[in-house]
Amino acid sequence: MSARIEVDCRDQPCPRPIIELAKAFGELPVGGEVAVVARDPAARYDVPAWCRMRGQEYVGEGVTDTGDPLYVVRRTS
Amino acid sequence: MQSPGDREGAAESGPEPPVSRAYLDSSSTEPLHPAARETLLAALDRGYADPRRLHHEGRDARLLLDNARAVVADCLGVRPREVGFTASGTDAVHRGLLGLTTDPDSSGIVHSAVEHSSVLHAVQWRDSPAHGRIPVDTLGRVDPYAVEQAAWADGVGAIAVQTANQEVGTLQPVDDIDPPPTVALFVDAAAAAGRVPLPRRWDVLAASAHKWGGPAGVGVLAVRGGSWSTPFPGEHDGLDAPGFANVPGALASAAALQAVLAEQEAVADRQFRQVERIRRALAALPDTEVLGDPVDRLPHLVTFSCLYVSGDELVTGLDRRGFAVASGSACTASTLEPSHVLAAMGALTHGNVRVSVSRDTTEDEVDRLCAAITEVVTEVRRSVGL
Repeated sequence: MSARIEVDCRDQPCPRPIIELAKAFGELPVGGEVAVVARDPAARYDVPAWCRMRGQEYVGEGVTDTGDPLYVVRRTS
Repeated sequence: MQSPGDREGAAESGPEPPVSRAYLDSSSTEPLHPAARETLLAALDRGYADPRRLHHEGRDARLLLDNARAVVADCLGVRPREVGFTASGTDAVHRGLLGLTTDPDSSGIVHSAVEHSSVLHAVQWRDSPAHGRIPVDTLGRVDPYAVEQAAWADGVGAIAVQTANQEVGTLQPVDDIDPPPTVALFVDAAAAAGRVPLPRRWDVLAASAHKWGGPAGVGVLAVRGGSWSTPFPGEHDGLDAPGFANVPGALASAAALQAVLAEQEAVADRQFRQVERIRRALAALPDTEVLGDPVDRLPHLVTFSCLYVSGDELVTGLDRRGFAVASGSACTASTLEPSHVLAAMGALTHGNVRVSVSRDTTEDEVDRLCAAITEVVTEVRRSVGL
């Protein structure tokens, strides 16, 4: 099974969720995933934009058990 | 009353003023054009009376208002009776668009996803199941064919497309839109009027004088086609918004428009090259997206987004270094929602800055701005460990 890291940025404003995503990404092996939990409305646009700019894969949006939005990124390089 | 000495004391306790200031937010509002200032001051003294009165002073005010209307009409290539003055650009948009959709059977509005908020608010206000929002590409441009196709749907009364986008500068292909025969074409020209040649095809056009160097509080509504009727209450005198006429404002706006059109080519050429220089400098900055069409764009503005930096940190960091710029990031908006334009383009919404040069921005200011942006971005990224 591939590695998965969850980053909790529930109560953090933009661009914190993206900063934490970038930091978590450093520890991730290729093929691994980071799930960013963020209520900030900008995360919906900025996580996919980060993937495009950094050449990584945006897997999609989900919801946590507590009903918070979650954005998943896969490391491709 | 405070003595000059007291004021000096107060200033000393405030923040250190920068050596020089560069106002680079002309897309929000252009400083008053010298031609407008001169006209405004003269018209404040002469054009105070009620232009509806028959006395000498009233007739004099009417003469100035007619003169303003004739000049604006000439600048827009329409007849004077096709031009009205409104309280603002927003007011012109609301009157223009809502006045085209008063028939409940054809009150639907097809519009691009990146229209100004005044257009989107008018669409929300007009209750219709036939509204259509047309997406844009990554440059912020709408497909004219998609607009046209959507406008054939039942219940559509108007198309609303801007001449150019107010946030990223991309020009829209308004002249390529061929509306169905019963659908009117409304054009929001606020971002473009006085800066680039306007589209040829439109029925109703709205613009805002302070965007081209006129005073605030003057909008222009031009109606030359479509079945437009006033959507709001009040006694109407042609296309002018009801209420006491702002004669000095209208005349100063006309003078500014005439002056900017006379110098349009030279100013646009200089600004286009300045912005190109800024775009090149930004392209060298890591993890930065320069937005909008690099060529088919407004000459004076450029927007970019930087990873790991907030819009307000960039705006305040540049302000401390003497540069006034705007941002479309959520942290700078009262709603905490990111700019709908950036979102519709799929662009990065945080770390966003819009730079718009003025008619007197110097090459030295451009150089210093480019250096300051690199400095601020590097500093903020270092502070978050990236």
